[in-house]
Amino acid sequence: MTDDRIESLRATALAVREHIVRMSTDGGCFIGASLSCADLVVFLYEEFLSIEGPDDPDRDLLFLSKGHDVPALYGTFVELGWMAPERLGSHLDPADHVYWHPNRSVPGVEFHSGSLGHLLPVAVGVAMDAKLRGESRRVVVITGDGELDEGTNWEALLVASAHGLDNLTVVVDRNAFQANMRTEELVPLEPLEDKFAAFGATARRVDGHDFAALAEVFDALPYRDDGPSVVIAETVRGKGLPSIAERADRWFVNFTHDEVEALLGELHGEGPADLTSDTLVVR
Amino acid sequence: MQPYEQLLADLMAEDERIVVMTAENRAALRTLPEVVGDRFIDVGIAEQTMIGAAAGLALRGRIPIVHALSTFLVYRAFEFVRTDVGIGRLPVKLVGAVPGFLSDGNGPTHQAVEDIALMWGIPDMGIFAPADEDELLEGLPAVIAAPEPYYIRFIGFPGRVAHTEPFALGTSETLSEGDDVAIVSYGFCVGLAVEAARLLSEAGIGCRVVNLRTIAPLDREALLDACELPLVVTIEDHFLHNGLASILAGILMEEQVVANVLPIGLPTWFRPGTLDRVLEHAGFTPAQLADRIRQRLES
Repeated sequence: MTDDRIESLRATALAVREHIVRMSTDGGCFIGASLSCADLVVFLYEEFLSIEGPDDPDRDLLFLSKGHDVPALYGTFVELGWMAPERLGSHLDPADHVYWHPNRSVPGVEFHSGSLGHLLPVAVGVAMDAKLRGESRRVVVITGDGELDEGTNWEALLVASAHGLDNLTVVVDRNAFQANMRTEELVPLEPLEDKFAAFGATARRVDGHDFAALAEVFDALPYRDDGPSVVIAETVRGKGLPSIAERADRWFVNFTHDEVEALLGELHGEGPADLTSDTLVVR
Repeated sequence: MQPYEQLLADLMAEDERIVVMTAENRAALRTLPEVVGDRFIDVGIAEQTMIGAAAGLALRGRIPIVHALSTFLVYRAFEFVRTDVGIGRLPVKLVGAVPGFLSDGNGPTHQAVEDIALMWGIPDMGIFAPADEDELLEGLPAVIAAPEPYYIRFIGFPGRVAHTEPFALGTSETLSEGDDVAIVSYGFCVGLAVEAARLLSEAGIGCRVVNLRTIAPLDREALLDACELPLVVTIEDHFLHNGLASILAGILMEEQVVANVLPIGLPTWFRPGTLDRVLEHAGFTPAQLADRIRQRLES
């Protein structure tokens, strides 16, 4: 990947992070998990997935199973020109459909999510259909790491492996946090590569904020020809905002407009924002 | 091939969108796998993944017909049915085996006697409860062709009921006419209702027997017509709460109609055993049903 391309992806990701921050007020959003996967989502749509547009019949299919990240997804859609930027302004307006989880009323969203452990099973069916049709279409699912507590992910991996779904890639946003604490402090997930291997999937680990490294691991897909591949993207919850990063209490936030302005400054390298709003730990 | 899988094979030959799935329940699908090849998908004992995958297949234009025992299909995978199939309004057809009394000796873990309650609670979910295999086979093409998801209470017994009207979704079938009592039922219990009605008619009590065929869409008109008779009896192998009796109560409330209703159903899980002894213990033999109805008329 050229330096120019990396700069261009960084600029897009920065714009997406601005959208995320702007959605963290007037009702708020799940800012930490959105910021952790912003680079990943931008990389996937800009570099990896073959998609001419949301209606492209031959497109690769991405499923965002960790639905809390929807600001990162919609922010990326705005940057791709698929979604009018004004629509982000209707966040949490019941007259539109822009809320805390993705849904198909927004062009580009392949399926709704919100209940964890669902879209890997759904993607198994989608990958089965692609196999039945003899298509080369790739199917990608982004899961959270905390989401891996849900047994249906592992059930679906068994089935994906049994059916030889090498067209299926699971991307784990490994930001090391679940809602209220670090994953390893609650239900430890490591060693993740071994767990995936035991379920018939081959996993590789990568810095989920390093575009060149992401290009390398995604270029190497699929990792096996008899089952799914997994990319464990190590990320930082709240990436880009030191005042939020890796803070258990910055999972769901609802900031004032002034705080949003300060956070936008922080994104651009100004000093840390002075955040006084109560943050809601549990939503 | 048995008639059910022969019908599936025929429909699959006509329509390549149809795929048949199972969570390793092959009781009704013994020969089909080798006939339809890749379009038969067995996911193993993984009902939740099966429903999720069915939603994914439907999202890509397929019509998945999925199989499992009713309890595991409807209860274990309920949130996948509700969240993926229901919210997605996807045309997944859920075929539940051994519903209601048909789980006979399995015990309460396998008793789908809350299935109507759960499926009725999902907007746009159709419910097809055929009275016998003939009706299952006659109704299945329309159920599969419908754009909505459907739950199907599978029944493999042929010739339990002498059907009187061609099948149509949302349209009940009147199996006998009478002015004293209307018996409304669905699925396996329709056969019992017909027999009970015959016993009552021999005693000079005229019975109208209504076979609902689909509970959703529901033939409200037939239910309201039945309520004009001196007594309406609902018979179902389902909990008394949140099944047909509760659905009827809701309709009466909405329509501000007063009716004399005898709800016959299950107060809790039934005692398992062979089917004939289950019916006897639960008070569901035709003679027991007829007695209850006669006693109510006399009271």
